[in-house]
Amino acid sequence: MHEVKSQAVSTPWSGGGSPFAMGSKKLGMWLFIVSDTLTFSALLVAYTYARINSPNWPRPFPFNPSILYSTVMTVVLLASSLTMVMAVMAAQRGNRGSTVKWILATMFFGATFVALHMREWFHLISEGLTPTSNHWGSPLFGAVFFGVTGLHMTHVVIGVVYLGIVSIGFGRGKFSPEDVEVSGLYWHFVDLVWMFVFPLVYIMSVTPK
Amino acid sequence: MSNHGESDSAHPVVQAKTFVWVWIFLIVLTGIEVYMGYIDLEVKVMLTVLVGLSIVKAWLIIAWFMHLKYEKRSVTLFLVPATVFCIGMMLLVFFWDSLRLAQLRPH
Repeated sequence: MHEVKSQAVSTPWSGGGSPFAMGSKKLGMWLFIVSDTLTFSALLVAYTYARINSPNWPRPFPFNPSILYSTVMTVVLLASSLTMVMAVMAAQRGNRGSTVKWILATMFFGATFVALHMREWFHLISEGLTPTSNHWGSPLFGAVFFGVTGLHMTHVVIGVVYLGIVSIGFGRGKFSPEDVEVSGLYWHFVDLVWMFVFPLVYIMSVTPK
Repeated sequence: MSNHGESDSAHPVVQAKTFVWVWIFLIVLTGIEVYMGYIDLEVKVMLTVLVGLSIVKAWLIIAWFMHLKYEKRSVTLFLVPATVFCIGMMLLVFFWDSLRLAQLRPH
């Protein structure tokens, strides 16, 4: 009976086949990442459109300190990706304590990134930057800057909370290594988005010498 | 056809050292980007080089950190071409149109 059932389930038309050889949670996260990629792509394309069409697009970031500061933020986020990789490896080895420690390290770097980013935001706001106005040039700059970096920062904050939940769940034995891996996919995606935001929004806006 | 329900059993063992090397490479590429900002070349050159480096960095993150390299090829074929096509369509319409509008602007 059992054999008959397993044969029925394993036929391609009964849903038993797994063409991607991955669990539904992981596939679901990949599909979410694809849709989120298009959201960020649309924002960055809108930024490009606005910038090319604005004759007075501001370039308000002096190399020192603004670009160097955002470089530190980038390195912090990259460091969090490495600790997340280590967390996923530890989870797959079944080392629960080590997994939780690596996830906590990832959350620390994520929270540090948010703190650095907020400090930068407040500094720019104190210089008169708002979503609709600034002293440097096209008022669209503020909308683009806060829109792109704000959506990214929201992702980082959600990621830190998500990782907190996963670390508690995995620490208590309620979550599987696959759950850690799926949260890792999300976290690396947040890092990946910054790899486009950093050069396009910051380095391309370095103040000319 | 493979019938793996869970992915974990299908993963080959990847050494931590490999990930550290990928990470170092990402840092080096970031360093090159920052240097580009320091020497501040013409906008078109900057945009081309920076986007090129970013695509390499994205590929490093997706392939190694997100394990896509170690998944079945069908996952890559399912996800990547469709995403690239959609982004390409956005650029095909809006990037060229923005250049057209910039040329229309009175000088």
